[in-house]
Amino acid sequence: MVTTESEQMAYIAAQAADARVNVEVETDEGMTLNLGPQHPATHGTLRIIAKLDGEKVIAAEPIMGYMHRGYEKLTEVRTYPQVTTLVNRIDWLGSFANEVPFILAAEQLMDVEAPPRAQWIRTVLFELSRIANISLFLGDMAVQVGATTPVFYAFRDREFVLNQIERVTGGRFHPNFDRIGGLKDDLPKGWIEETGTVIGKMRDFCDEMEELVLGNEIFQARTRGIGVIPPEVALSYGLSGANLRASGVDWDIRRDANVGLVYDEVDWKVWTHPDGDSFSRFWVRLQETREACNIIEQLLGGIPAGPIMAKVPRIIKVPAGEAYVATENPLGEMGFYVVSQGDLTPFRVKIRSASFSNMSITPWLLKGVFVPDIISILASLYFILGDIDR
Amino acid sequence: MAEIPEHLLKRAQAAREKAESQQKTETTDSTQPQETEETKEVEEIVDPTDENAEEALSILKTALEEKILDSHIAPGRGLWIRVHVEDWRSAAKAAKETLDCTFFDWLSAIDWMPSPYGREHETEQDQIVDASEESEEKEMEWGYTGGETRFQLICRVYSISKKIGVMIKADLPDSDPRALSLIPIYAGANWHEREAREMFGVTFDEHPDLRNIYLPGDFEGHPLRKDYPLLSRRMKPWPGIVDVELLPGDEE
Repeated sequence: MVTTESEQMAYIAAQAADARVNVEVETDEGMTLNLGPQHPATHGTLRIIAKLDGEKVIAAEPIMGYMHRGYEKLTEVRTYPQVTTLVNRIDWLGSFANEVPFILAAEQLMDVEAPPRAQWIRTVLFELSRIANISLFLGDMAVQVGATTPVFYAFRDREFVLNQIERVTGGRFHPNFDRIGGLKDDLPKGWIEETGTVIGKMRDFCDEMEELVLGNEIFQARTRGIGVIPPEVALSYGLSGANLRASGVDWDIRRDANVGLVYDEVDWKVWTHPDGDSFSRFWVRLQETREACNIIEQLLGGIPAGPIMAKVPRIIKVPAGEAYVATENPLGEMGFYVVSQGDLTPFRVKIRSASFSNMSITPWLLKGVFVPDIISILASLYFILGDIDR
Repeated sequence: MAEIPEHLLKRAQAAREKAESQQKTETTDSTQPQETEETKEVEEIVDPTDENAEEALSILKTALEEKILDSHIAPGRGLWIRVHVEDWRSAAKAAKETLDCTFFDWLSAIDWMPSPYGREHETEQDQIVDASEESEEKEMEWGYTGGETRFQLICRVYSISKKIGVMIKADLPDSDPRALSLIPIYAGANWHEREAREMFGVTFDEHPDLRNIYLPGDFEGHPLRKDYPLLSRRMKPWPGIVDVELLPGDEE
């Protein structure tokens, strides 16, 4: 017994020493807790160094860059059609949604508009990737507060959506399907009906999650009133998406600054919650998944006939200019600032990813919370490391 | 030899028919393209005014007066203004106070120097041009609102009440690129400025903590500067070209 215990202590000491390699931590007051880089709550490799006073966090510092792939530099040596392959890998749970803003920015510069059918199918796929992305969050958030079952339901039901995306695009995770001027291919036969049944299944999934998680007493105790973000703070940190709407800011790019997608054609609602706590972030995302089901169902009924590609030259040279296009991605606002100098490759691409801004609030937000709340707050902010590190 | 599956044959047939029908429509189209083009042009001349952006610009102009060096409105796409680097913080403050731009979108920099390394698509490797010869010939071209120096800061803030996004640009001095930090106005600028610092080497005064955010602490150089070589691209030929193998019997 004694030997194993001392061995354990030595191991923990070595770990702690290792944790301080690239961060200087003053050890005089409080204790330093290292989370990650490999931690189940982080969706990738994020590391958080927290300074504790007892159970309370005095300061927390996220450390990223373990997955930085330098996409902004790489886009400068790729032609425009090749860039979609890169941006697919930013938010890997909702890949198709990443391609859309870049393609729209390039289309804006070229003054090309995709034909209506392509716009409708784009919107359907966009919302499908939203469901695929957020459904995993719904399960994962429950895991972080101690309920293991919901995540398996989420993985099970998400597969239906991924199958539908795969049937159109050929890829479960990296569709690489969007093209400047339209889409690579048309919908396969019978896809619309199948997607209709899948949407029914996802509705049931949302109901199931509501029963399993939202009404759960432990879940409420762990999330209500925890990690409250007031609207002014959320805005000044650039929080977007469900995180912003959960703080009561009624703002959705799909409704208020829509570019190139057909959200005006359907009847839907933007959900907000006044509380700004972890619970409301979960609640807003749950409602959004339902709303995405609504949007898809309405769109499927009215996809117009016609071509799926506009006339674009084979070799794409984009005229000089600058364009910024943002879309309401599953994680929040994702935008591409594309500077072109009339070349085959972009001159400069600035990727505005949602998780980077959403994460930047954590040093402020984690100050003063208790240790177990770190996990539930991080889970409720919902970030994907590929989206932070780019 | 295996038979060609039926569905592939059908698909090929369908594609052929489609191509033929498209050719027909193209030829019929070509008789009347001039009319449609003319009508389009008329529409385009009427359309490009953006009242929202014009109004926002006039509000900013009254607030900042001569501090706005240049402005650009792309109808329906946004508003760009350029200010002197000394007015960088006051421009952001004016946007927040007069235009209600409470949403901090992003902040970054642009290096307008033409890349000293070739970017030819067809070549197997980046052409390593002798920097001293070429860079003199190539001149810097700036984007909207022009520019004077190599580095430009750019920041986008958004007004949710007025539904207008403003891009604020500022030229940075070549010798010592530095600007005032925007943190007192937008707390979210913190990480964006750290990123701009490590990627472009822009210093932000009054920033509490300008450590690297992505790169290791002892990393040398600023990777997003145009003169920073992309090593993997220099070591290896363009992906795709190298993978082409000769077919058997196919000699040089």
